[in-house]
Amino acid sequence: MSIQTLFIANRGEIAVRIIRAAKELGITTVQACSEADTDSLPARMADRWVLVGPASAESSYLHVEKMIQAAVEAGCDAVHPGYGFLAENAGFAQAVVDAGMRWVGPSAQTIEHMGDKVRARAAAQAAGVPTVPGSAGRIEGMGSTVTIAEQIGYPVMIKASAGGGGRGIRVANNEQELRKLAPQAAAEALAAFGDGGLFIERALPTARHIEVQILADGKRAIHLWERECSLQRRRQKVWEEAPAQILDEATREALCASAVALAEGTQYSGAGTVEYLYEPETGAFFFLEMNTRIQVEHPVTEMITGVDIVAQMLRIAGGEPLALQQEDIAIDGHSIEVRINAENPAMMFMPCPGVIEKLSVPSGEGIRFDSMLYEGYTVPPYYDSMLAKLIVHAATRDAAIERLSSALSGLCIDGISTTIPLHAALAKDEQVRSGNVHTQWLEPWLEQQNLDVESQPGNLEEAS
Amino acid sequence: MANTIKSPLPGTFFHAAGPDDPPFVKAGDTIAVGDAIGLVEVMKNFMEIKATAAGLVKTVLVENGAPVSAGQDIVELED
Repeated sequence: MSIQTLFIANRGEIAVRIIRAAKELGITTVQACSEADTDSLPARMADRWVLVGPASAESSYLHVEKMIQAAVEAGCDAVHPGYGFLAENAGFAQAVVDAGMRWVGPSAQTIEHMGDKVRARAAAQAAGVPTVPGSAGRIEGMGSTVTIAEQIGYPVMIKASAGGGGRGIRVANNEQELRKLAPQAAAEALAAFGDGGLFIERALPTARHIEVQILADGKRAIHLWERECSLQRRRQKVWEEAPAQILDEATREALCASAVALAEGTQYSGAGTVEYLYEPETGAFFFLEMNTRIQVEHPVTEMITGVDIVAQMLRIAGGEPLALQQEDIAIDGHSIEVRINAENPAMMFMPCPGVIEKLSVPSGEGIRFDSMLYEGYTVPPYYDSMLAKLIVHAATRDAAIERLSSALSGLCIDGISTTIPLHAALAKDEQVRSGNVHTQWLEPWLEQQNLDVESQPGNLEEAS
Repeated sequence: MANTIKSPLPGTFFHAAGPDDPPFVKAGDTIAVGDAIGLVEVMKNFMEIKATAAGLVKTVLVENGAPVSAGQDIVELED
């Protein structure tokens, strides 16, 4: 039976996005709200909202028992977790099912399996997906760690087995650094994730981040081609594109087929993303991790394929078999998404919550704005700084960048500082325009830039 | 009008760097301009709040883990 009443266990722009997809499918929506979010855009858009706790995420959006209780009391028969918060919490996924509701995502077992980097890597290898040369599993003891590092070659990345979001990651350029950094990484991993297990991999300093979107129903999987997200700051994606222009057809096919093999090999159900590092010099790609949820940057894939990924998630969770066939999924043109954060790029990305005094959003052919904003809204200080995503689509990458530049100049968010000037500067940059970037490109670029904030409409006040 | 130190940012105020750490300041402490008096968590970033005035701390006005708004008094100094 399909989903009747959906609990949105998230906030912000992704909650808005889920409500939009649910409404189109005739599903009733119930929005979870902390005390700081009862006046939010998703609370206004949903059929109703329920209070789950105080402003602090630990007491609301991250609190498993409160979220389950709220969903059950609201009479919901399904839960969409969005991204972040509890989206990749296997315990929450299981609690949803145990409470008699449907979980919009893969099973708790799959989430747990893919959430453990060492087990995920083994699953990738079992499905024939290449992995970065590294330790076969958790590293045990400094002596064997040094031996493994010498075999795979410096620089090496030290990563937390239970990690995510870039936390716990260290890069060691030699044995001395490895001996110093490994214990630090273990302590940080233990504090952050309750698990100090580490593994090491060869660092790929000029690699590009390429990821494949998949959809699966537990039996069959398809891919929706790839995205490139190489422009990152502090391991957070800043600008995302689809497709990845650097790939040739043979590599693209092999990459996407490997993601499908991994999804089918794990009886995956729902939407997922297999992330890779791609080394342009050799044409090699390596498995990085699999994210068992919707991703922030899913709209660029929707723009080039015409598939509503969130609607597909809801259909699959409702028990429908995957209706799409691989041959139906073609790439149409090029799409770019930029993340609009409440941060001041001219002041070391200082967070800037506050009141949205004026909002004007560009419109027109090939322009999409996924957002949590409205005029007069107060952006609360308690959560992530991402407010909105500006997405463009055009026939070619060059045309998409032109469209992005034009759309950014028409986007005005008054009252707070945002990352709009950063994206306007990136869209003008020759290296970005030629696509000559990698995952370590943006941070040095930022250090050399004097971001010309004053030339941006709507940001005059912040610049002075 | 009492001499106070205000939070420059909205967010969540913390008395100490971590749950096991001692508070930055408590009543009776003498502080100098530029001393750290607490942390404000804003959008998942922790910002150190520095004293904008010197003196003897009378009261820390905001509870640990409580929300603060920009411009809110967080520490009161003795006159």
